Amino acid sequence: MKSLEELKALRESMQAKMNLRKDDAETIRVVVGMATCGIAAGARPVLNAFVEEVGKRGLDNVQVTQTGCIGVCRLEPVVEVYVPGQEKVTYVKMTADKVPTIVAQHIVNKQVVTDYTIGAAE
Amino acid sequence: MKELSLNILDVAKNSVTAGATLIGITVEETPERLSITITDNGCGMTPEFVSRVTDPFTTTRTTRKVGLGLPLMKMEAQMAGGDLTIESQVGVGTTVVTWFDPRNIDMPPLGDVTSTIVTLIQGSPDIDFVYTHRKNGEDYTLDTREIREIMGGIPLCEPEILAWLTDYLSENETIIEGKR
Repeated sequence: MKSLEELKALRESMQAKMNLRKDDAETIRVVVGMATCGIAAGARPVLNAFVEEVGKRGLDNVQVTQTGCIGVCRLEPVVEVYVPGQEKVTYVKMTADKVPTIVAQHIVNKQVVTDYTIGAAE
Repeated sequence: MKELSLNILDVAKNSVTAGATLIGITVEETPERLSITITDNGCGMTPEFVSRVTDPFTTTRTTRKVGLGLPLMKMEAQMAGGDLTIESQVGVGTTVVTWFDPRNIDMPPLGDVTSTIVTLIQGSPDIDFVYTHRKNGEDYTLDTREIREIMGGIPLCEPEILAWLTDYLSENETIIEGKR
C-alpha cells in the first residue's frame, strides 16, 4: 500500500536531481493537444505514454506539456516535438504504441520518425 | 467520448482555463445514481453565458465557433436518465454537477479516473486538485495540497511523482471498487 511516508523518501531522492537540471535553452518540448477533439480521439493515453517513457529513460532535458486544440481535429491525437535549433515536427493520429519509437528515434537520437508525421498523413 | 473519465478531464480543463487555483472533483456512486461534481474557484460566468454554455455553438475560443465539452457530457447524462446543471458566479467560481442512472441501458462506463486525475495534475502542476470517490459506503480523497507540502518545491509534474500518484490512486480505486 502506497503511503505518504514513501513520498517523503521520494522527495529526498529527487532533490539532488532537481539541482542538476539543465537550463531551458537545452530543453526538448513535447506538446500534446488535449482539447475535446484530442481527448475524444485518444490523447490521454498518448500523453501518459510520453510521461512514462521520458521518466523510464530519465530524460531530464525533456518536458512533456499539454495544450488546447492544435487545429487539425481530424488528425488527432496530435503531438508537436520542439528540439532546440530544429524545426518543429508534428506527429498525427498518435497512439501510445508509437510513443517509444518517437522517444528513442527522435528525442534521443534526433532522427524524425517521418512515417508518423503530418507530412506523411496528408 | 468512450468513458465518463474523459468527460471529467475535458470539463475540468474548462476550470483550468477559467484561472482556477483549486479544482474539486467528486464522484459519488450508489446503485441508483452516479454523480460527478466539478467545482472551481475560477473566473465564473454570467447568468446569460451559463444559459447558453451547453449549446455546442457557444465557446470562449476565438479560433472557431464550436465548444463541445459540456454539450457532450450533458447529452450523455440525459441519454442515461440524468442531467447536467451549472451554478456559477462571476468572480467566485463554477460548479458543474452531472448525474446518471447506472441502471439505464445507455449508462456509459466511468472508466479510468486515475488516468484523468494524473493527466490534470501533469498539465497544471501549479493548480490544486481535490479528488474524492465515494462508493459502497467507502470513500477516499486525494488532495494535492498535502502532496505539495510533502514535496517542498518539487513540481508535481515530475514523472516520478506522477508515477507515485498513479499507483496511489489505482490502489485506492481498487479498494473502493470492492475488488480487494
